[in-house]
Amino acid sequence: MSAVSTDAPKITWPAELPGHRLTFDASQPMRLDSGAEVGPFTIAYQTHGTLNAERSNAILICHALTGDQYVIGQHPVTGKPGWWQFMVGPGKPIDTDRYFVISSNVLGGCLGTTGPKDVNPATGCPYGTSFPVITIADMVRAQKLLIDHLGIEKLFCVTGGSMGAMQALQWAASYPERVFAAVPIAGAARHSAQNIAFHEVGRQAIMADPDWCEGDYLIEGKNPRRGLAVARMAAHITYLSETALHRKFGRNLQDRQKVTYGFDADFEVESYLRHQGSTFVERFDANSYLYITRAMDYFDLAVEFGGALPNAFRGSKVRYCLISFTGDWLFPTSESRAIVQALNAVAANVSFVEIKSDKGHDAFLLDEPEFAKTLNGFLNGCAEHRGLARR
Amino acid sequence: MNRMSTRRPSTPIRIDLQIIADMVKPGSRVLDIGCGDGALLDHLVHEKQVDGRGIEIKQEGVNACVTHGLSVIHGDADEDLDDYPSDAFDYVILSRTLQNTRDPRWVLGELVRISQHAIVSFPNFGYWRVRWQLLLRGRMPVTALFDDPWHTSPNIHPCTILDFAVLCRDMGIKITRQISLTKTGQKIGPWMPQALSNLMAEQAVFLLSRGNRPRFVSGRLARAHRRAGRSFPGFAWRLRRRFACRPRQ
Repeated sequence: MSAVSTDAPKITWPAELPGHRLTFDASQPMRLDSGAEVGPFTIAYQTHGTLNAERSNAILICHALTGDQYVIGQHPVTGKPGWWQFMVGPGKPIDTDRYFVISSNVLGGCLGTTGPKDVNPATGCPYGTSFPVITIADMVRAQKLLIDHLGIEKLFCVTGGSMGAMQALQWAASYPERVFAAVPIAGAARHSAQNIAFHEVGRQAIMADPDWCEGDYLIEGKNPRRGLAVARMAAHITYLSETALHRKFGRNLQDRQKVTYGFDADFEVESYLRHQGSTFVERFDANSYLYITRAMDYFDLAVEFGGALPNAFRGSKVRYCLISFTGDWLFPTSESRAIVQALNAVAANVSFVEIKSDKGHDAFLLDEPEFAKTLNGFLNGCAEHRGLARR
Repeated sequence: MNRMSTRRPSTPIRIDLQIIADMVKPGSRVLDIGCGDGALLDHLVHEKQVDGRGIEIKQEGVNACVTHGLSVIHGDADEDLDDYPSDAFDYVILSRTLQNTRDPRWVLGELVRISQHAIVSFPNFGYWRVRWQLLLRGRMPVTALFDDPWHTSPNIHPCTILDFAVLCRDMGIKITRQISLTKTGQKIGPWMPQALSNLMAEQAVFLLSRGNRPRFVSGRLARAHRRAGRSFPGFAWRLRRRFACRPRQ
């Protein structure tokens, strides 16, 4: 029995996604790191709260690999609450009564911002794998166009977890004069060999699915659901920890008293992973998954600064706060510490907190009180220096 | 959740911390090594408008500091000081932490490398109550500042005021100011001979700066001492150490 059925070949994307759109026409293409150009293109974004008169209270939230711009409120595709509902909202650590929160879908994504599932105006067909390969810096370049468009001279804070942390670092390194504070959470200054390896497994799973059709599944009216589900299942394990998996599932059997001596989902953990895989394919585009994982693999902040990470932060006035989690083995504390060392080497203003949690990499998405207190405290301290009014 | 105050009411801080704070010029760049829960750093940031950073080895301390809006990292004085570039700070503070470090000599050298001035405070092992306990009771001293029994004490390198002054001299570090404090927090007058301060003071605060190269004493005996890693000040130096090592204030 296959983990994911192939009955429904196409994802039914909502006709009109809620939120704002910023479109650049063919006369304003964006040049990418690869040398290719993308255009026309659209950036889909959400905002919460009110931009103050000085335009000094904007916080940009960068999402992770499979995240999106819907940080709070009901998700238009899944109907579930936004991915950072614990952290963002009125009275929450990222207080929408005090800050103007911006979150955009990354370039190459599949929830409104131009990506491989969108139609290439030159051919009239979806881009598929003819979409140019993008990098974290390209994502940040697109976000900067959005921030320019919103008339914000200096972001109060750029934050995000995992791939969001990479974007926050890239922001602070590329546009230090446009960022007051940066909070990279559970991130790294470069993607490790192990993480590239995991991503490669996911990509191979997608590309091995015959329904992938060399990337042209949208033209063929298919969807590589099984491949994408397997990619998600493998990745999902890396987001958890051994302790968390054991606590949640142990060796419990799924709706049965004894093992069936077959390959059905006997164990709860198998059933859980299959569920994770099958729900993921309802909301994510397989080619987007290929492109975004590639962007993470290519990320190595030191490379564009002559191979020395401290150079990325030299002379920076940005206030940094790095946060890692003890149970995170995908982006372990050592990765954050390496960034802290680079920041210390240029005597940058840096805070660094390791939060005790056994919930793995996903801890940054979960309600961890110590984490929330830390972020809130750091932002309060920065707000005081930035002269933001207390609410 | 509650919106926490980043600014605590300006409560009085510990006497030795107050003396340290008084040594810091307003608006300077400060690194507080072993900043604990951030009481001193918070005071300096809000009362002296310094650009303050901290390093703390205990996770709870770091979290408390960052939660209160202070720039503090989780780190270890024994390992992380060489990450910083030279002259990165105007003041670096090591308050009651020197005796906890694995290599106090290296740490001291790093302090005066990364900063113009170093402020170091430590409990004085030459304090008469400490000597008394060891001499008469034959037991490892447990006092207000050396408050752990020997088997749990983090104080792996306690020293006396004289020891510290000698180490500074050997390393060519200049003692700009020295304030010795009695048990009640009274400053011991600068006229007091160093040997007597060493007996009376429960703790001391030193303001240090980069000085001249270490002075070498010639002679066969001095060379033998140097090879053995011991300091050999010579008779005249020993006299001066006893009576004149204290800087003028």
